[in-house]
Amino acid sequence: MSKGLMVRLRPIALVAGLLLLWQFAVTRNPIHLLPTPWEVVRGIGDLLEHGLLLKYIVASLFRITWGFILAVVLAVPLGLVIGWNRRADMAFNPLIQILRPISPLAWIPIAILWFGVGDLAAIFLIFLGCFFPLLLTAMNAVRSIPSVYINAGRNFGLGTAALVSRVLFPAVIPQLIIGMRITLGVGWLVVVAAEMIAVSSGLGFLIVDARNAGNRYDLVVAGMVIIGLIGLLLDLGMRSLEQVKSLRWSYSED
Amino acid sequence: MQEAKLKAEHVHTVFTRDGKTTPVLEDISLEVADGEFVCLLGPSGCGKSTLLSTMAGFLSPTSGEIRIDGEVVRGPDPRRIFVFQERGVFPWLTVEGNIAFGLFHLTAAERKQRVTHYIRMVGLEGFEKAYPPALSGGMKQRLEVARALAVNPDMLFLDEPFGALDSITRLVMRAELLRIWEAERKTIIFVTHDIDEAVQLADRVVVMSARPATVQQIVKIDIPHPRDISSARYLQLRDGIFQQIGLAHKI
Repeated sequence: MSKGLMVRLRPIALVAGLLLLWQFAVTRNPIHLLPTPWEVVRGIGDLLEHGLLLKYIVASLFRITWGFILAVVLAVPLGLVIGWNRRADMAFNPLIQILRPISPLAWIPIAILWFGVGDLAAIFLIFLGCFFPLLLTAMNAVRSIPSVYINAGRNFGLGTAALVSRVLFPAVIPQLIIGMRITLGVGWLVVVAAEMIAVSSGLGFLIVDARNAGNRYDLVVAGMVIIGLIGLLLDLGMRSLEQVKSLRWSYSED
Repeated sequence: MQEAKLKAEHVHTVFTRDGKTTPVLEDISLEVADGEFVCLLGPSGCGKSTLLSTMAGFLSPTSGEIRIDGEVVRGPDPRRIFVFQERGVFPWLTVEGNIAFGLFHLTAAERKQRVTHYIRMVGLEGFEKAYPPALSGGMKQRLEVARALAVNPDMLFLDEPFGALDSITRLVMRAELLRIWEAERKTIIFVTHDIDEAVQLADRVVVMSARPATVQQIVKIDIPHPRDISSARYLQLRDGIFQQIGLAHKI
């Protein structure tokens, strides 16, 4: 077998080993602390059969898409302006630093008060969870642009608009992409929490519902596994953006 | 004598940081003729780069003024391009994209033709689509010079442009720069701390004192190009500058 294939199989072998260990540990233990991996697989099968799995995945993805996109659209331009303009920075920074440490979950009661139980409340919570990390990423990205780029842009006679679109923006894109990748992960954490309380569909709802309606821990763990897998796929998707050639400079700079 | 291209008149610059003021430039007066190659020479941190940035319009003097073609400099201008070490090339643009950066007012055809011309001039054929991280330090430096020349400026400001290059590449780049200067006759103001570099390149060397920088002496290098760096006159001029800077006893 080739060495490259061996290396690629290593994480799969690790997961397989852990699954075996899990099965072994649960079957040996008389008190049922966890469903076995096989029960979890059957649980996923059950969900598929009832058409719930796809429905819940779509519901969760719908919410994170809207929450995340809204946050990007609002936080990135605002962050760029605040990071660029020292007066705006002085005005906004204290407020940002006060709002930022408040967990989005602390907003759940207010989200329900404002938007009722439903998609809007969940989207609002995800938006909050994504907004501040993105805002700070954009602010820091602008501040860390080397002044030679700005000076060179001005030297070639660029006006403000051209300076923003031809120097500022390309210079911050790589950092923004890294920030968006991390933030999407944060958003996915918030989805599950928000769905446990604010809505009656989605993967987070699946988990509380499975417990409340008859202690179906196989479905609880099935929900967790699906959440993990989708998180992995979201991260891989964002990572593929980092492979774009005109963006790769910041990752390969020696 | 013809009207000076650039005229610095009693330029003073004081930096203020944490309420403390540091004089950086003290009463600098200097004239540079059209098409002249002038080196500003001085020890690191003496303020010569500050003077260059002021001439280019990135900094305003605390008092005094810089005039170019009779006009007071109030900001950077595409007619006078500043070349940073190779750090100034845009890493998100290809070689072509970098050279075309300042050519946005031209038609696509003219732009293409200029880009091709300057890529050839600096010897970057075959790297048109390459991104700067894939280039060596010397290639990035040539790219930045090409980007500057492409907008056809009448002046170039070079801030220790070859400082980060290895010594062999540095020699090659000096020869290249002289070749380009002789072909295009731009006015060049070149900052360096390297005495040999200054004497090899410049028509006149402006020797600057330690901070706050003043013009200590202006040395005319009356040796025609290409310069024989083992000639008696070369060594005499170089040693004279050595003495001026007060390093002679250390080397």
